[in-house]
Amino acid sequence: MFTPEMMESVKKVEATRAERMAMEPRRMTAEEKDALLKEFHPDYKEEAFCEIKIGPNKGQKAPKELVHLLHSNSRLLADQVDLSKIDYDVDVLVIGGGGAGASAAIEAHEAGANVMIVTKLRIGDANTMMAEGGIQAADKENDSPVQHYLDAFGGGHFAARPELLKRLVMEAPDAIQWLNKFGVMFDKDEEGNMITTHGGGTSRKRMHACKDYSGAEIMRTLRDEVINRGIPVVEFTSAVELIKDSNGRVAGAVLLNMETDDYLVARAKTVVIATGGAGRMHYQNFPTSNHYGATADGLVLGYRVGAPLLYQDTIQYHPTGVAFPSQIYGALVTEKVRSLGAMLVNVDGEAFMHPLETRDVSAASIIRECTARGKGVTTPLGSGVWLDTPMIEEIGGPGTIEKRIPAMLRMYMNYDIDMRKLPILVYPTLHYQNGGLEIGGDGFTKVIDNLLVAGEAVGGIHGRNRLMGNSLLDIIVFGRNAGKAAAARAKDVELGEMNLNHVEEYAKELKEAGVETGDVSPLLLPKYARHER
Amino acid sequence: MEKMVNVYFFGKQYRVPAELTIMTAMEYAGYTLKRGCGCRHGFCGACATIYRIKGKNELHTCLACQTQVEEGMYVASIPFFPTDKRTYEINEIRPEQRVMMELYPEIYSCIGCNACTKACTQDLKVMQYIAYAQRGDFEKCAEESFDCVACGCCSVRCPAGISHPMVGLLARRLTGKYIAPESKHLTKRVEEIHSGAYDDLIEQIMQKPIDEMQELYNTREIEK
Repeated sequence: MFTPEMMESVKKVEATRAERMAMEPRRMTAEEKDALLKEFHPDYKEEAFCEIKIGPNKGQKAPKELVHLLHSNSRLLADQVDLSKIDYDVDVLVIGGGGAGASAAIEAHEAGANVMIVTKLRIGDANTMMAEGGIQAADKENDSPVQHYLDAFGGGHFAARPELLKRLVMEAPDAIQWLNKFGVMFDKDEEGNMITTHGGGTSRKRMHACKDYSGAEIMRTLRDEVINRGIPVVEFTSAVELIKDSNGRVAGAVLLNMETDDYLVARAKTVVIATGGAGRMHYQNFPTSNHYGATADGLVLGYRVGAPLLYQDTIQYHPTGVAFPSQIYGALVTEKVRSLGAMLVNVDGEAFMHPLETRDVSAASIIRECTARGKGVTTPLGSGVWLDTPMIEEIGGPGTIEKRIPAMLRMYMNYDIDMRKLPILVYPTLHYQNGGLEIGGDGFTKVIDNLLVAGEAVGGIHGRNRLMGNSLLDIIVFGRNAGKAAAARAKDVELGEMNLNHVEEYAKELKEAGVETGDVSPLLLPKYARHER
Repeated sequence: MEKMVNVYFFGKQYRVPAELTIMTAMEYAGYTLKRGCGCRHGFCGACATIYRIKGKNELHTCLACQTQVEEGMYVASIPFFPTDKRTYEINEIRPEQRVMMELYPEIYSCIGCNACTKACTQDLKVMQYIAYAQRGDFEKCAEESFDCVACGCCSVRCPAGISHPMVGLLARRLTGKYIAPESKHLTKRVEEIHSGAYDDLIEQIMQKPIDEMQELYNTREIEK
């Protein structure tokens, strides 16, 4: 429950509620947003970044923690693996068991390829499972893929790669239909119309949802489909290095059984990196809404074989992570809470911003409120602002919260906070990696043959900020595309002899650059045990 | 001074801060988790856990990531439980009662003990949704089971060997695919896109210079 000091502030929130409900806070101008971001968004905090010393992005900046991984050597420099002993031999190897990996595997299977998924936890232990609010697609009468393009392009600061964004918006309705045909239960009215809402920065109500279990509903359906099709899923097995062949193309991966520490060799004609994000790197000491395995593994694997990164210096902090209670600190409070009408309110009960600005702007605005303006609510772990959830029931009627955002209600009720009656405390949480490996419109990396990337590990689909609901969309659209493209390419591939020469070459480059971290990468799991911290 | 409590992981005693969850308390105790830890936020069901408070008879089930430690908690995690998922071709089945009879006949062996409902970490009426499945009322089964995270605690406690999460999942897929009405606006838009109705428009906007895009974006009309 809230402290007496918090309850004092709650009274102020309640006192201004009626007045606030009668008005819509002003949206910021483009100039105001730019100034706010420069001063308060974590991406602009120079000391949190450093320079990459080797590889295709040499000279560019990335978060310090990511650079540390990129500057570390492979496990296989010390540990020997016999590549002639092949444990798995497939057409398409999908690394990662989230939404992108599952979509890729299903489409590759559909195309007749011999496809396999490897994943370091279980299939479905992924950020997809935790996506709550929804998935965008321009399928309503007043909307169009062009409008979707404009919203996403502007929201991403005009930095998205047009060929990628085009695919995202043009294939969005198709993605929804594909999921619906597998049996995903979207929120619909009695006539079958999708119940859609706004997200931050959308100009049309195109957010499709499955209550606030949108990602979970999608993930468990895709997982079920993968299993029904008999696609092999090797769980608790991570990829620790890509393998190349004598022609310099990707030819598989060295795997590590997480439980026995045995190495395994997977030979593949094409490889899809679908390893997801990096929240568990805790950039700038932020808490995260991400799953346990979100440690940027795919970026390290790709970079070590020579695939460039794009926008690796832009991170998304979701404006509304849990600020209190500490047991669920950093957990996601879906943007849908704001879509349904809840306002962001400071310690004095003032609505200090429009609740549906884009995520980067919202996060920066909350940080400003809690720092420079001194209008945050003090919590045991820092500070936060109110998200005035009782407004939802006033706007939508009693029962709206239980029906539309049951997961949120349950999460808070575990700690005796009834969000139907009391507002909740939020603060930005590390949510999404905007950047990642660069791909072309066909899904392949531009420099390494037969290597594809899909999902959060890709950079450039969204530019420098991502809109709500465009990530669930991109894992489906780009996952499907990668699966089809990988299966098609695999038909023409004759693999040469496999080698790990790039591991030695990378080590040599590091040495020449005078870089020595003493660690190995990819990280695989965060170090949370007390003696490892 | 931080308040501490005594907990017992697999019978071994550890003293941990009282504010922690079972999951973070295990890490505080020194465990490096590989199994029994997925999303850490209550959505994936990886951290199914069973516990009993010392001196009390009742067994509790929970998600380790969503449950705060208590004094005298005897904890065992259930990182894997052999729930039995039957496979099927979604395009070849229909929402008919016999689908359940064929795929999950054991649901008709339910003895009505309600242990599943008591064990549910999401407080779902599990026995009720199994009853809906028995009757072939897939829509109600889907609705009632919707918040299931498939942690498997229900199945652990079931004397009839029912794999409840798999039954709910089948009902939801049947509902989403066959029972929920078609979204005609979606079908129409997919057809329009496939017929090329937006090809020129999307090419045009892709070619626009940045300053023109900024103007378009900053002045775009936002649906109320």
